[in-house]
Amino acid sequence: MLLDKTISELAAGLRKKEFSSVDIVTECYDAIEKHGKELNAFITVIDNTTALTYAQKKDNERTENTSPLHGIPFVLKDAYITQRIRTTSASNVLKNYIPQYNATVYQKLLDAGAILIGKMNMDAWGHGGSTENTDFGPAKNPWDTTRVAGGSSGGPAIAIAARMSAFAIGEDTGGSIRNPAAWCNITGLKVTYGRVSRYGTIAYASSFDTVGPMARTAEDCALLLELVAGQDPYDATSSPHKVPKYTQKLTGNIEGIKVGIPKEFFGQGLDSEIKKSIDIAAKKFESMGAKLIELSMPMFDYGLPVYYLIGPSETSSNLARYDGIRYGQGRNQFTPETMRRIMIGTYALSAGYYDAYYKKAQQARTLFIKEYEKALSSCDVLLMPVNPTPPTKIGELMSDPLANLLADVYTTSQNPVGVPSLALPCGFTTTNLPIGMQLVGKMFSEDLLLNIGYAYQQETDWHKRKPGILESP
Amino acid sequence: MAAKKFTIDDVKHIAQLANLVLSDEQLQKIAEQLSSVIGYMSKIQALDTKGVVETSQVTGLENVFREDVVDEKRMLSQESALSNAKNTHSGYFVVDAVLEE
Repeated sequence: MLLDKTISELAAGLRKKEFSSVDIVTECYDAIEKHGKELNAFITVIDNTTALTYAQKKDNERTENTSPLHGIPFVLKDAYITQRIRTTSASNVLKNYIPQYNATVYQKLLDAGAILIGKMNMDAWGHGGSTENTDFGPAKNPWDTTRVAGGSSGGPAIAIAARMSAFAIGEDTGGSIRNPAAWCNITGLKVTYGRVSRYGTIAYASSFDTVGPMARTAEDCALLLELVAGQDPYDATSSPHKVPKYTQKLTGNIEGIKVGIPKEFFGQGLDSEIKKSIDIAAKKFESMGAKLIELSMPMFDYGLPVYYLIGPSETSSNLARYDGIRYGQGRNQFTPETMRRIMIGTYALSAGYYDAYYKKAQQARTLFIKEYEKALSSCDVLLMPVNPTPPTKIGELMSDPLANLLADVYTTSQNPVGVPSLALPCGFTTTNLPIGMQLVGKMFSEDLLLNIGYAYQQETDWHKRKPGILESP
Repeated sequence: MAAKKFTIDDVKHIAQLANLVLSDEQLQKIAEQLSSVIGYMSKIQALDTKGVVETSQVTGLENVFREDVVDEKRMLSQESALSNAKNTHSGYFVVDAVLEE
């Protein structure tokens, strides 16, 4: 399959005319035809005649100098505004919403010549970790369709795993890129806060939200980040920090890199097979020349309260705009999970409780920043699990709101701090369900994280494994 | 602060602040769920934060200015601006009355 290739392999093949953009896009639509309905990854599929016409045009205009993304098909989490294409945030509130402008990240991809083929299923407004809190039906994990794909960027992760797209843009507020990446066996990067413009991204929690690539490999993520990162006059929180040529930093050499292993992240509640796979990955890093350093991050226990007090507070404010007047449906259309998050936030911000909850959490956030700074002063990156368990059964998390929140325990503490994290495949359970790990680095250390990921993927082939449903006739 | 047990009246008050209209059944359910979730989050009270400053953003940026000029690329026509509204009148959005005679 063409879609087994990395983006740079696809780009090279296109330039040499070994295959065409039409061939790649056709492969996506064949996979959508075969598995789309069962996996329920898409909210909107772009009409295939439109996409193929566009691919043909790209084939005709390709030169030696066109972007490596020229003619490459991709999908967006349905949290990105796309002009004239329905954008729902997976909520009935926006079921008929047709945006009048483009998100910066989408515009950049269009300018590079990439081809949008779909807007993807997710937990509505980013509220969830399983792509079940959606008004468009739960998305299914391609490795076991009785299980969830993770979330909130579940649809994008499925599309990559099931070869319906070459790459995706997801959004991560508390694990929303990393969690489905780990559960679907793909690679996903949560960037440093401000690294990529949020203009045109439907906001969940504005001081946590990050826009990042999801793809088959760390190399692909480097290529994508190089293109989408950078300051944007339309997003005042986007960083002026220089954008490195991430692909040129992929040396594959991790000799002497210090990998910190915070013991609190491997304690009670972590599935034993996940723990074992990450232990093996750590040994792999060691055999490649890295040094392992055990350390302690005692603030760990407070990660969820900080996230689930500040995140809902910000979402209660962000979602206050949905009044059904200028666009969208009324507020009675929010799902129960979203209503709950709005109300938790409203409570945490309300008179009499502000100091005890919101202010307290913002103070704890300062302590978390110090904790990560301290941990990352004795090592270069931190190695951690992504999910406490393998993908859950459809419906399992939805029945208990608190259990649902606890599933985010390893991925929520990075967003309040702002640090980047790369999620990578690192094994499988005995029942053939994917296992992922994350590497967390200092602010703006994406180059280092991507190089470690690249080096690891040169030595391992977990990321090359495909779900069984792709093999069936 | 001890973990709080949310009553129906508490939930009604929060729902009003959040501009959400809930059925009796929803009120009951959410009262239980908020008790459980906020109860869990209340463990943050055990953390010593005396004298710790609050963090509200992590960019390190402050007062990001731009030139005070009109960017025509970002301007919507009246027709386009109204294109998603359910209820318009003579080129305006229609809203509920906020004042009574």
